[in-house]
Amino acid sequence: MTEPSLYSPVLMITLAAVATYASRLLGTFLSGKISTDSAVIEWITCVTYALLAGLVVRMIWLPIGALAQTPDWMRLTAAATGLIVFAISRKNIGLAVLLGSLVLVALTSLF
Amino acid sequence: MTATEPPTTTSSAFATPRAAFWGGVREAAGVPVMVMGASFVGFGSMINDVGWSVWHGLYSTLSTWALPGQVAMAEMAYTGAPLAAMVLAVVFINARLMPLVASLLPHIRCPGVAPWKYYLASMLIAATSWVGTMRRLPDLKQDQRLSYLCGYGLLLYGLSPIATTIGFYLAGQVPQPVTLALMFLNPLYFLLLFLFDLHKPSKVLSLVFGAALGPALYLWVPNWRLIITGLVGGTAAWWLARTKLFKRGPHHD
Repeated sequence: MTEPSLYSPVLMITLAAVATYASRLLGTFLSGKISTDSAVIEWITCVTYALLAGLVVRMIWLPIGALAQTPDWMRLTAAATGLIVFAISRKNIGLAVLLGSLVLVALTSLF
Repeated sequence: MTATEPPTTTSSAFATPRAAFWGGVREAAGVPVMVMGASFVGFGSMINDVGWSVWHGLYSTLSTWALPGQVAMAEMAYTGAPLAAMVLAVVFINARLMPLVASLLPHIRCPGVAPWKYYLASMLIAATSWVGTMRRLPDLKQDQRLSYLCGYGLLLYGLSPIATTIGFYLAGQVPQPVTLALMFLNPLYFLLLFLFDLHKPSKVLSLVFGAALGPALYLWVPNWRLIITGLVGGTAAWWLARTKLFKRGPHHD
């Protein structure tokens, strides 16, 4: 890990908020004027998905902060539990997240 | 999420726009509130872990109100990523709001409503409120739709700072295993959210490329890793899915 928080938190949060509202602003402005099935929007979706997939893998496999002290196998077991519950519960995300998290609580308590 | 499944064609429209507003509040109070609440609790505990104050968490929740971008922002702040890399990552992650807003608002527009109200209401459009409002549109009269969106969105928006605060303080108070699980909520939630809606080859390819590129680039260009993962992985997936290999052809029909 590199040195944390190089910039002021308020600056980072403000820029992130402006970057987010820009999408809502543009969406409001363009509503009714563009087709939301266009190739450009499909490309944005692809970039978002790839970006978030990279982020999620990193957060589970190479996490920051307190989670970094847990062994890999615990986080992977908890994630696998979530996936299995999701698959057999007909995509019940709430239940899957709950049980996956509880497995992490159990593992980190026991070992 | 599962609450979106039963069709609502049997229920009748609300009597007035005011009733539609409260209908939106009522219908958001349930699975949508619980899922969003848990997610913001996770964000609050993450802000604590990053070493920021609860006010930073609240400021981010109220000003941004789009969780994946907030999580990426906090992550990149912690790892000391350059400001430009963080802003670009948030721009791309939350760019998905643009088509959400652009596709919902044409159904909601009503003659005589001042345009600024739509710019304000767009703040309440995020994935959860989009799904919740879209599925209810057929039951709502034109002049009730903005009210319904505001009721639905305002309940979620109003509860998110409370959840952020709870997560922030829980992280320090509860036993360490529970704190760790709180921080694990969002990665797990996002992971499953991806798998919810995977009928497009471009989405599947994007996930595979992103998951593979992310850790690989982390060792090579840590600071710009997320942006490069997204742009390279996403563009490759988008392009591949457009080639005839993945287009629905005689083999697939």
